[in-house]
Amino acid sequence: MTAHLLTELTIFILAVFVGFEVISKVPTTLHTPLMSATNAIHGIVLVGALLIAGASDQPLNNIVAFVLVVLASLNVFGGYTVTERMLQMFRPKAPAKPPADGAR
Amino acid sequence: MNVVAQQLASPVDVAYLVTGILFIVGLRYLSSPKTARLGNRISALGMLIAIVATLTQGLTNWIVIGAALVVGAAVGIVSAQRVKMTAMPQMVAIFNGAGGGAAALVAAGELLRFGGTVPSYDVAFTSVLSAVIGALSFAGSIIAFLKLQEVMTGRPITYPGQQVVNALLLLAILVSWGLVVAGVPPVLEWFWIALGCSLVLGVLFVLPIGGADMPVVISLLNSFTGLAAASTGFVLGNNVLIISGALVGASGTLLTVLMGRAMNRSITNVLFGAFGAVKTGTGGGGAKGGQNVRSVNPDDVAAMLAYANEVIVVPGYGMAVAQAQHSIRELADQLEKKGVEVKYAIHPVAGRMPGHMNVLLAEANVPYTALYDMDDINPEFERADVALVVGANDVTNPAAREDKTSPIYGMPILNVDKAQNVVVLKRSMASGFAGIDNPLYDDAKTVMLFGDAKKSIDGVVAGVKAL
Repeated sequence: MTAHLLTELTIFILAVFVGFEVISKVPTTLHTPLMSATNAIHGIVLVGALLIAGASDQPLNNIVAFVLVVLASLNVFGGYTVTERMLQMFRPKAPAKPPADGAR
Repeated sequence: MNVVAQQLASPVDVAYLVTGILFIVGLRYLSSPKTARLGNRISALGMLIAIVATLTQGLTNWIVIGAALVVGAAVGIVSAQRVKMTAMPQMVAIFNGAGGGAAALVAAGELLRFGGTVPSYDVAFTSVLSAVIGALSFAGSIIAFLKLQEVMTGRPITYPGQQVVNALLLLAILVSWGLVVAGVPPVLEWFWIALGCSLVLGVLFVLPIGGADMPVVISLLNSFTGLAAASTGFVLGNNVLIISGALVGASGTLLTVLMGRAMNRSITNVLFGAFGAVKTGTGGGGAKGGQNVRSVNPDDVAAMLAYANEVIVVPGYGMAVAQAQHSIRELADQLEKKGVEVKYAIHPVAGRMPGHMNVLLAEANVPYTALYDMDDINPEFERADVALVVGANDVTNPAAREDKTSPIYGMPILNVDKAQNVVVLKRSMASGFAGIDNPLYDDAKTVMLFGDAKKSIDGVVAGVKAL
């Protein structure tokens, strides 16, 4: 194992623990948006997609590069938009109350 | 001191570090409904920084990349804007699959660049890892999408020798993986075999899993794509991919475990149990169910609800299918005007995604403070006059508590049968996704209102208004 790989593994493992720690605080109510939000975050693979598709030394076949970047950007943009839409709906009690109390 | 450590960090690496921090902070903000939106935006900002930083790195192939970005963004944003809230699980599945597919192709691209030789053991190992997990996630997500969209039956699809076929595929993957790492020519061909077998395995892996278990599957596949992304980070030596992928992998795993616990089933049982494929042991289904079932009309239900003190609504997948959440909200408004207290009982695995019901009810402006988790609401049923079950089945099945022969025995359920009266809205007497009879329907205090949940609720609303 190279020293470089060991450093990367260290980063990976620490990030896993941070992930567990942060996620375990999310209430059930928000589990769907959470899943959607993390779904958007793994869209970060777009960074890898751009690096591979745009590698200057040995450019990838155009069709493969295109499909690759489309898939990854679909994940990013679709993922964040869906999450935003879901979260828009989570409102506190205040704005939801008037129709319940007000005369109609 | 090695030389590498002395080099100055590039601005791009600093940008990636900022992205990693923003992702973590963003997820932290997701822990409260009040700050969740801000959290998602912080995370999106992190993503933007990473993408812009990457684009500044002397890339070529601009036209292809630009076109692909525009197409991906346009299709992603438009479809995410247009999708109905009820179709959210399949939308998430598709985006998840896209990410998995991208991770597999990144690994393929990196190996192609080296033209079929192994650059190093590390890269060889992790590129096959990315391809295998990414392809599993891609193919699995597509099947999950087809099942959720009901293009394909939601019932488990099983065939003899299933586990043997899966084991052989896994073996083929491991062998070709080993050959790539060992650098045995033709390396690229071995890589493609591993990738192809993973695609097939992804399909076969999700086929036998029933529709009701899709929340677990989507969560698991989400975790897979995260790990695949992290793995491409090892391939490319890119820390932001490693950090983000690890976060998602951890989150998906945790959610999967939480849901398994909520059903009191191990993850292996969910994934390999072909749950619901087997006919139940409790007598001949049709003959038993339906004997003591009392069917009523919407006006009866309206009277029952309007003169209650406390009503607990138990939503399930049927509410999602019928898009009945807005009608339910209206019913609750009408009842609250009459002084009836309305609460919502949310089972952790109701619907097709974790928290699926919460999202739908939030869409209909139901305040999240009126939604109660299983543990909080269960003691409350005894005090409730009416439990209104809207398209939920297995999560209300008392057999899970009492009948040791039932396949769902031991699964924590909502104790709706403890309420004074139970009203069940159902399309027909057909059993739930798990294919199990529900003795609740034979209970003397249960009445059934058959038909589309939305139409039924609308009928009840009209009835309440007329009172």
